[in-house]
Amino acid sequence: MTGDLSLAEVSRPEARRTSGIQHLQDLIVVLTQKEIKVRYKNSWLGYAWSVANPLLFALVYYIAFGLVMRTQIANYPLFLIAGLFPWQWIASSMNGSPLIFLANAILIKRVRFPRYVLVVSTVLNDGLHFVLSIPVIVAFLFFYGLAPSWSWVVGIPLLVVAQFMTACGLALAIASLNLFFRDLDRLTSLLVTVLFFLTPIAYSGDMIPSEYRQLWYLNPVAPMIMSWQQLFLGGSLDWPLLGISVVNGGVAVGLGALIYAKLSPRFAEVV
Amino acid sequence: MTVIRFSQVSKWYPTYRHVLTGFKSALLHMPEAIRSFKQERRLVLEDVSFEIKRGETVGLIGSNGSGKSTTLALIAGVLFPQIGRIEVEGRICPLLELGAGFAFDLSGRENIILNGVLLGLTRREIIARLDEIIAFSELERFMDQPLRTYSTGMIARLGFSIAVHLDPEVLLIDEILSVGDLHFQLKCNDKIDEIKRRQVTIVLVSHSIEQIERLCDRVIWLAGGRVVGDGSPHLILPQYKQAMLGMEASTYGQVHSANQNLRGRCE
Repeated sequence: MTGDLSLAEVSRPEARRTSGIQHLQDLIVVLTQKEIKVRYKNSWLGYAWSVANPLLFALVYYIAFGLVMRTQIANYPLFLIAGLFPWQWIASSMNGSPLIFLANAILIKRVRFPRYVLVVSTVLNDGLHFVLSIPVIVAFLFFYGLAPSWSWVVGIPLLVVAQFMTACGLALAIASLNLFFRDLDRLTSLLVTVLFFLTPIAYSGDMIPSEYRQLWYLNPVAPMIMSWQQLFLGGSLDWPLLGISVVNGGVAVGLGALIYAKLSPRFAEVV
Repeated sequence: MTVIRFSQVSKWYPTYRHVLTGFKSALLHMPEAIRSFKQERRLVLEDVSFEIKRGETVGLIGSNGSGKSTTLALIAGVLFPQIGRIEVEGRICPLLELGAGFAFDLSGRENIILNGVLLGLTRREIIARLDEIIAFSELERFMDQPLRTYSTGMIARLGFSIAVHLDPEVLLIDEILSVGDLHFQLKCNDKIDEIKRRQVTIVLVSHSIEQIERLCDRVIWLAGGRVVGDGSPHLILPQYKQAMLGMEASTYGQVHSANQNLRGRCE
């Protein structure tokens, strides 16, 4: 008996060492790696595909709003790309979010682990794609006789953080709510489309009539996309816009966390 | 030493029927949705108390819907009771059903790491056990191939190999022990015996009387969300078989009256 007990004791301290933070970090790393590998399936085709999507949309909007409707924006294709690439991150995180918890139903029913890591890793994966697609934007800049600026060094990390917060907050809220209201995925794709047209991507921020411009700042994504456009095309970081983006991100995270905290104890009952 | 303690645990589910059909219907039927959420409750466990000591292997038995899986989920900490207290000590590891938590585009090796981390180990800990797990699974040759090329039996073997090598202090098994071919099944049985000798606490749900008889030193019999029998398999299993054969008029009666009882209390 005592022999057996000592054996069991040996395994306990090791189990204890599974310290919270280290394990949380490993969870996020392993799950994000999984997302990336699943998307790329170890080939470059995955990358090409994820870049092709916003490029195709840029082409379509150029035809509709540039060629046909004669939008007066300098270097319009470049302008579209500067907005569409970061938008793609938000859109794919939001569109993917309703299924995040549903797709992991068995894990949620059986294993106790912080469920929000599933959302974090999905958003990280989408974010990484955006960062990896920045060279494509650079290529287009050169094509139009422009060049990256030093302000990118500060601007890109700060905006990435703000956008990560926004995307995480929104995705966490949608993923949690969708377990209880199963038609939310349809509403989400509607919402994403509405959000797209209420964000200055196909048009520029200063084309919005000034009496309505305040309203645009209610859209959590608009100031962020405008910051990206300013950074990529104007080569400067618009600090006030960045400030609004960070505040929006904070609000989104707060809201998402609140909904998640309220609902997550019941996930295993409904998933 | 007590590892798992249930003190007067009651668990019920709201009927989510107006909610789960969607946001639109919840909005359209708001009053009914709120009323049904608050009042219509399905009782799964009522006033359940038991203690499980370190090293015990306990089988949960009972007909479908008697609360076995809910009990397991409460021990795992993924569900929470409305009434009562649950205390569990030590690291819990559930044995997952086939392929759960695996990514089919990833290789066998990558899946071991993914699954191990999901089940509570750090990457460093799981990598240290990698060789042992691969050797036990006898799938060395397939380790670098994507999981979708594996057969069902191979996936089950990999899952079992991971679970038993995570050094759990409490192992939860829900109805899944017939893993792989006969050779591997025998190996699994040996491994379970070894785990038992290491004083790991095991709680398992099974409809197979033979499995319960072979593995468990104690059974807890649930009917209609209540403990109706708790003791050594020799004592409980004969009664259980008899009750199952004598088909369950009494059991259904209990469920019904228990639900009535609770509804009365809520109003």
